[in-house]
Amino acid sequence: MEIFKADVVIVGGGGAGLRAAIAVAESDPALRIALVSKVYPMRSHTVAAEGGAAGVKLPSDSLDYHFSDTVGGGDWLCEQDVVEYFVARCSAELTQLEHWGCPWSRTADGQVNVRAFGGMKIERTWFAADKTGFHMLHTLFQTSIKYPSIKRFDEHFCVDLVVEEGRAQGVVTIEIASGEFTLIEAGSVIIATGGAGRVFRENTNGGVVTGDGMALAYRHGVPLRDMEFVQYHPTCMPGTGLLFTEACRGEGGFLVNKDGYRYLQDYGLGPAEPTPRNKAMELGPRDRLSQAFWYEQQKGRTIEGPHGSVVYLDLRHLGEAKLRERLPQIYELAEQYLGVDPAKAPIPVRPAVHYTMGGILVDGLCSSPLPGLYAAGECSSVGIHGANRLGSNSLSELLVFGKVAGEEAARFAKSVAPGNTASLHKQAQAVEQRVLGLKTKTGGSERIATLRKEMAQTMEDGCGIYRLAETMQKTCDKLDELKARFRNVNVEDKSSVWNTEWLLAIELEYQLDVAQSMAHSALQRRESRGAHQRLDGFEQRDDANFLKHSQAHYVADGPPRIDYGPVKITKSPPGTRAYGAAGEKAERERKASHA
Amino acid sequence: MPEQQKTIEIEVLRYNPETDQVPYAQVFAVPFTDDMSVLQGVQYIKDYLDGSLSFRWSCRMAICGSCGMMINGEPSLSCQTFLRDYYPERVRVEALAHFPIERDLVINMEGFIEKLESIQPYIIPKEARTLAQGEYLQTPAQLNAYEQFSSCINCLLCYAACPQFGLNKDFVGPAALTLLHRYNMDSRDGGQAERMQLVNAEEGVFNCTAVGYCSEVCPKHVDPANAVNLNKTNSAMDYFLRFLAPKGGTK
Ligand SMILES: Cc1cc2nc3c(=O)[nH]c(=O)nc-3n(C[C@H](O)[C@H](O)[C@H](O)COP(=O)(O)OP(=O)(O)OC[C@H]3O[C@@H](n4cnc5c(N)ncnc54)[C@H](O)[C@@H]3O)c2cc1C
Ligand code: SF4
Ligand code: FES
Repeated sequence: MEIFKADVVIVGGGGAGLRAAIAVAESDPALRIALVSKVYPMRSHTVAAEGGAAGVKLPSDSLDYHFSDTVGGGDWLCEQDVVEYFVARCSAELTQLEHWGCPWSRTADGQVNVRAFGGMKIERTWFAADKTGFHMLHTLFQTSIKYPSIKRFDEHFCVDLVVEEGRAQGVVTIEIASGEFTLIEAGSVIIATGGAGRVFRENTNGGVVTGDGMALAYRHGVPLRDMEFVQYHPTCMPGTGLLFTEACRGEGGFLVNKDGYRYLQDYGLGPAEPTPRNKAMELGPRDRLSQAFWYEQQKGRTIEGPHGSVVYLDLRHLGEAKLRERLPQIYELAEQYLGVDPAKAPIPVRPAVHYTMGGILVDGLCSSPLPGLYAAGECSSVGIHGANRLGSNSLSELLVFGKVAGEEAARFAKSVAPGNTASLHKQAQAVEQRVLGLKTKTGGSERIATLRKEMAQTMEDGCGIYRLAETMQKTCDKLDELKARFRNVNVEDKSSVWNTEWLLAIELEYQLDVAQSMAHSALQRRESRGAHQRLDGFEQRDDANFLKHSQAHYVADGPPRIDYGPVKITKSPPGTRAYGAAGEKAERERKASHA
Repeated sequence: MPEQQKTIEIEVLRYNPETDQVPYAQVFAVPFTDDMSVLQGVQYIKDYLDGSLSFRWSCRMAICGSCGMMINGEPSLSCQTFLRDYYPERVRVEALAHFPIERDLVINMEGFIEKLESIQPYIIPKEARTLAQGEYLQTPAQLNAYEQFSSCINCLLCYAACPQFGLNKDFVGPAALTLLHRYNMDSRDGGQAERMQLVNAEEGVFNCTAVGYCSEVCPKHVDPANAVNLNKTNSAMDYFLRFLAPKGGTK
């Protein structure tokens, strides 16, 4: 086994991991940084983000507005002190990215342009056509090349953390091209491994989004917070789940049912007006839009397609020229994957799983309860998304908290003595034996793909847009069964070079743990809030009992233990989430009562 | 449902360096539906027919750049190429041409990464600016000057299409030269003089014989051939100026 000594090791080369690496390098060029990623960094799923990144830009906007949109959007389950910190830093970070070369779309006079996004009161979404994540990721990756202290471990798969003397002291990885193990020792570890959307059947996520880092931290005793909150995006491609960005609606797209009717006006989001109005109709928040789809389906007002019920995303009135300029990628997706010309025909869409609001429990400085372990990005729960993330907050999160994690991990690494290589090595060898065992054992009979499919199906059945105790319980039971069957998994491929079947088995085991944390947290939240909506007697939000964060604790060979932590309220006491005309009325009343 | 009983044959070039002397072809019959991409076909093989088949993929939406393969001899993104365009004929998939095969459909792309790192693919500011001063102003026209060249997803289809790269692996090649051009054309950047040394060097633009196949296969309309050729002009200009100005005269 190779040993590499770093000061800070970062697992994840997406937006959060790259931003963290640059922050470490800038805070002290003498620190050795190991940046581990199971794919080349520019393949990370940040690349797929289309719409944009939030940061207050217009004179008519304010940090308070961004704060209120975020906290209200999150149904008051946000850490308000962390949100305050966040909104105050978004624009500076987005400007930093501009200085690094990000091709933000511009206004005629050369300033960065901003667009409307769901649940946001004022236009504050910075965008680079409809490839924002792609441009952010490539800008960060290319900029990271400037820093000689960043040593990349591309296509290295992290299989465990090493924890000694009660603190995280490194990671164990497999070089995919050779199957060789490496121990990377470090004073501190940052996990930036992204979300876990692929535990669900239809999703917008890439194949790499399997919750690895969440499972790693979880197995080492770090709680996963708010895992029951999984965001469905309302406008995805039937069958594959590929995303049609919310920017389609920000630019003025309509959602219509089989009668051509803009049905959102029936769900407290109206009135329907010909042009987009912020926080109303198509620009309402995602949870509400996905829920409205579900009701339309119940009422038989959706269209039946080969991959289930759909509604239409109608962009025709925007015209080909505007579509090509503002939504070029969407245009091509519709044309190539669906054979639909969006300037001529409406696009069939349905909701699909999109984003994991919960994650590794960290404080506002990205520090987890395990000393030396930090987390940033979608894998973490720093507290800004609450029960429902607002679109375009997460790309900004990668930058703001990627930087914080980098700086804090650098500071921590400098404060600790080097670890004991011999005992770390011993631990790493035990990890190697365990992980190799998955591949070398014979006689297994369960196919990886079958287990994965059953997991994804049961998550959709039990933890979908609407939830019932009975089906959630079934999902919990099914996951127990799948975990038991996993012990009998068969890895046919015994080779060392590019053995992706072996890696898929390891990922599946991560996914089963993460899925369990979601299903059990969901079952035990007996209320409806944000993305967690129940139809079995708990239809209302229940602040008296559930204005608190769930925390799932790993239990070997058993279901997770769920307990709860407090929610930090600074200036926004829980209110009613209202959108459309009702939202505007509620806000006027709130203002009047403060005046 | 009769639709689901249709099958299509996918012929895959297999190679495992631990057991095989040379690559060989293997044919699989895969259930076919109208909306399946070639990637989905290959995934079906891995999931249900042969778990040892290796290939790269992630986003499924033609943006992460992982899934390039030769499909019936043409460099293509497998997630954006559809089986219906071949059905009922057999379709053949192989690792991208001109690269060493690591295993099955996985190529070794370290060489490309080194080239990308070598061209200083980051802003070298023309004039420094603090965050407090806000963004650099850049008009839509200035953005337009490089935007297309910034859309490269590093899928390497253009390298698999490039006859020169086929002959000379040191040729910097279409995507890396395009990225270099992208930074040179950015109104915020002042690093052109440094970068042009690479373009002028032996492995730079003059390797290109203007075949143009790279632009044809590019899934993102980056038009690398255009970028390379614009650099030939710039490079020739540099070369010429060098005789007039002793210091290299890029300015
Ligand atoms: C289709 C789509 C569109 C989106 N659009 C928007 C938008 O418009 N605005 C917005 O704000 N948000 C958007 N989001 C959400 C946002 O893009 C993601 O939350 C964010 O990009 C996640 O970034 P990350 O750095 O946390 O993780 P990722 O970019 O997913 O990176 C994870 C990294 O971890 C590495 N990794 C994982 N496991 C391991 C392991 N075991 N070993 C080694 N490395 C590992 C991977 O290789 C990768 O480098 C969108 C999401 C999707 C799916
Ligand atoms: S220039 Fe086009 S073909 Fe070449 S790597 Fe970039 S996106 Fe791919
Ligand atoms: S899977 Fe990402 S480009 Fe094809």
